Amino acid sequence: METSNWEPKIVAFLCNWCSYAGADLAGVSRLQYGPNVRIIRVPCSGRINPLYIVRALQNGIDGVLVSGCHPGDCHYISGNLVARRKFALMKRLLTYIGIEPERVQFSWVSASEGNRFAALMNKVIDDIKKIGPAKKLVKSVA
Amino acid sequence: MESMEKKIREIAREIFINQKIDFFLGYEEGSVPLKSRPFFIQAKEKTPDGLINRLVWNSFCSNNLAVFLPKFFEHDPRKKPPRIGISVKGCDLRSIVALIKEKQVPRENIVLIGVPCLGMIDKTKVEANFQGLEIIGSEETPEGVLNITTKDGKKHHLKREEFLQEACIECRFPMTEGTDYLIEGKARDPGDGGYARIKAFEDKPPEERWEYFKREISKCIRCNACRQACPTCWCKECFAEQTDLRWIGASIDLSDTMIFHLIRIFHQAGRCVECDACYRACPMGVDLRMFTKKIVQDVDELFSYVPGFSTEDTPPMSTFREEDSDNFISEP
Ligand code: SF4
Ligand code: SF4
Ligand code: FES
Repeated sequence: METSNWEPKIVAFLCNWCSYAGADLAGVSRLQYGPNVRIIRVPCSGRINPLYIVRALQNGIDGVLVSGCHPGDCHYISGNLVARRKFALMKRLLTYIGIEPERVQFSWVSASEGNRFAALMNKVIDDIKKIGPAKKLVKSVA
Repeated sequence: MESMEKKIREIAREIFINQKIDFFLGYEEGSVPLKSRPFFIQAKEKTPDGLINRLVWNSFCSNNLAVFLPKFFEHDPRKKPPRIGISVKGCDLRSIVALIKEKQVPRENIVLIGVPCLGMIDKTKVEANFQGLEIIGSEETPEGVLNITTKDGKKHHLKREEFLQEACIECRFPMTEGTDYLIEGKARDPGDGGYARIKAFEDKPPEERWEYFKREISKCIRCNACRQACPTCWCKECFAEQTDLRWIGASIDLSDTMIFHLIRIFHQAGRCVECDACYRACPMGVDLRMFTKKIVQDVDELFSYVPGFSTEDTPPMSTFREEDSDNFISEP
């Protein structure tokens, strides 16, 4: 593959109440971030099933970002606190088997943090560009 | 161990009468040497003496019997849940405790007989010792000697201590706690958990780790034996078989198989007792130990939780602490 004009495909799973609104604010504030991101809105970061993440990688996504409300701010009180445990374990497990730590990232973005969202997306895009296309876990179509 | 066996039979007999159990779960002699197999005794009218006398306790009782329990307690309005007596080692008991906490087994319906564990023998280690020569008989002495008869008629004397399963050597909880009955005896000294192996793996370069994972998972034929053997893999419908929202294919596509294993391991967070039932069940010799132990280590490191003998604490994945670490969070 020509890596020179390769652009990473990134999926961002954003919770409805904070991070998605943060992305929205970045949009209406006309903040610039790379066009590589496909956003999937979920009710809460607690709704994230680790299967979403590995399935994204399996289907040719180069980077995954999961973001929810800051701890303490979850619309459902503790959704993100329970999720944080899953995320911490998942991140460690993926790293353990040799997946690049940058490949799957987790963050917190509030509804008022349009700037943070845009900066975060640019960081993730940069990270993924540095490590290149995802090859591990990708399903090869026979 | 013979005296333990006698004692187990005595208690089994007693609890069929006093505790009105409907079933007893233990082990009987297997049909091949170096194997004992799970044994179910059902109470008919009176105490099933003939069956009770088939109960054994020896160095081959490795199956984690907890795996059989949830089925008995699946909700069925037509039936009243049975009472079950069961002989348990440390690992079996910790699995049962996990099942009790997850409401898959009602504590009041089971009668626990704790057996101090001396470690179980690894059949494959013994076999390797004879390099393919068929073993036709085995017998243990109370002094810890394993007498083996091979096909050529020769007798061999092995020290059981040298042929134990890795899981037993590493086991941190060979002694049961909080059972209804306790067989008298000394358990082996607790091991160190074997986490040095995990740490050593972590220190390898990522590509090497990936190659190892890939190599091991490539052996897998997706027979699901690892899942079936695990007491805490009790979902009635496994994600691997869901079809309305089909997560992964059922065949041995490598990426599907990798995801199967990643999620199976992930689902054992806070539940896995490192009994190695999955590892023993695997017909392909996949090194599952290297990966399941990782989740045990991380649950302990991150949430200070070790699946133990207490039914009081909350499973780590159904709770949180406000001060849980945020250090894996990406900052822009
Ligand atoms: S994952 Fe394997 S070692 Fe862990 S409890 Fe299940 S069968 Fe035992
Ligand atoms: S028991 Fe072994 S071969 Fe069967 S599914 Fe598990 S890892 Fe794969
Ligand atoms: S609603 Fe945003 S994390 Fe729960």
